[in-house]
Amino acid sequence: MSLWYSLCELLPLEFLSMDFMKNALLAVLVISPLFGLLSPMVVTGKMSFFSDALGHSAFTGIAIGVLCGLSLPILSAVVLAVAFALLFSYVKTRSRHTSDTIIGVFSSTAVALGIFIATLGGSSFTKFNTYLIGDILSVTGAEIGLLALVFLVVLVVWALASNRLMLPAVHPQLASSRGFSVGGAETIFTVLIAVVVTLSMSWVGLMVINSLLVLPAAAARNVAKNLRQYTLFSLLFALVGGLAGLITAYYVGASAGAAISLYLALGFVLTFLLRKKRG
Amino acid sequence: MSHIHRGCDHACCLQVKDLSVKIGSDVILDHINLHMHCGQIAALIGPNGAGKSTLIRAILGQVDYEGDIRFSTEGRSQALRIGYVPQSPTFEVGDPMSVLDLFRLCNSKLPAILPPSRKERQRVVECLQRVHGEHLLDKRVGSLSGGELQRVLLALALEPMPHILILDEPLSGVDVDGMHMLMDMLDELRKTLDISILMTTHDFSMLEQYVDTVFLLKKNMLFSGAPKAVLQSSDFADAFFTGGEKK
Repeated sequence: MSLWYSLCELLPLEFLSMDFMKNALLAVLVISPLFGLLSPMVVTGKMSFFSDALGHSAFTGIAIGVLCGLSLPILSAVVLAVAFALLFSYVKTRSRHTSDTIIGVFSSTAVALGIFIATLGGSSFTKFNTYLIGDILSVTGAEIGLLALVFLVVLVVWALASNRLMLPAVHPQLASSRGFSVGGAETIFTVLIAVVVTLSMSWVGLMVINSLLVLPAAAARNVAKNLRQYTLFSLLFALVGGLAGLITAYYVGASAGAAISLYLALGFVLTFLLRKKRG
Repeated sequence: MSHIHRGCDHACCLQVKDLSVKIGSDVILDHINLHMHCGQIAALIGPNGAGKSTLIRAILGQVDYEGDIRFSTEGRSQALRIGYVPQSPTFEVGDPMSVLDLFRLCNSKLPAILPPSRKERQRVVECLQRVHGEHLLDKRVGSLSGGELQRVLLALALEPMPHILILDEPLSGVDVDGMHMLMDMLDELRKTLDISILMTTHDFSMLEQYVDTVFLLKKNMLFSGAPKAVLQSSDFADAFFTGGEKK
């Protein structure tokens, strides 16, 4: 961290004079490419609604963690989100409902349970606001380290198996006819999403976290012609949106998560117009 | 094992013996037998709900079945390599994925999101040449016409080279010219590559001209034989034209 701090000192940027901003910048540099990389898979696999539901289950996990008096409620949130992801895959393959119905069932149950537990015995809900709105300025070096580790894991998984994850998302039938495990790919991917969403929830905010998973790829789709451009643009949009959002949030004093989402939404609008123009 | 190949003097053959599929308490396929050789084009026909897709999924190993599916070359059993062409219009129109990307997703060990090597690109061009589709290499899969997409999926199914090629309803939604073009291409492939081709179809107009064997399926294998014999059989009339029986 001290190396990062001294690196920041070298930059003639006023907003980097505070340590919490140095942390926040580093955090953005870790999570933006991470979300940018995951985003095309979420969108192609039609899982945008699912990742939203995962955030809700993570919130329930936090509420349970707080209820049990855990010092790090984020851990119970990770466990619950992963369990939620696995249970979802299990129920989906064994029921006749479409996946959006099952997601709806899981999501609403998770939120209800979370609010029920959080308000149990007349306790105040306000201590949970930080998870809903997110506060990137409160991020610690250890948390960044943890997420950097997850980023590394995702990079390794991508290098080894991104084709095996992507083809089932594009065309499950074709994938299984070529011997790809569709269920396995989905499980690995949902667990990754569960971990990433949960760990970054308290920085970005539960209410906007899904925009980071959906918007970069949604914008990239407007202009990309192949998978390489798709991934590259998604990474680029996430990174630019992340940095611009953080800096804007610092100067106007708003939630960084929300500012990042707004920049990404702007990216979507611009690419959408660009696509229209090209026909 | 030799009894299985009795009466089969072809260099290679696919045999489905006594195959049954149950889903819950429903019997979808009941003791099916099917036998075909290299270089042969066979059509699987039957009314909706007859179990055509289930039989294909069983051969592809996607559903549990009882019975035996064997492939052998010169009397020796071999692991069956299948090329499968799914029913076409199932790609998301907006997915930014080129034809080259699709090949790399299926066949490359390296992530398709990285730039392709020149060798890899060349290999995919060669695959596409088999179906006269090399100009489609950098097109978006979602922007292809029905016929183009079908050729791409066909080329994909031929890499790596399969023993048997299975096509799911390749003629549906294709106009008459398109049908002839596709059937001519299949005819060319079975001659040049000596592979077996099995296709499901609801279109009987192409059968006599292009197909060697027709399998008429309706839970049981009702009839199999030359197209003319099947089309004129009473089983065919019963399977398709008895009202109320149709699902």
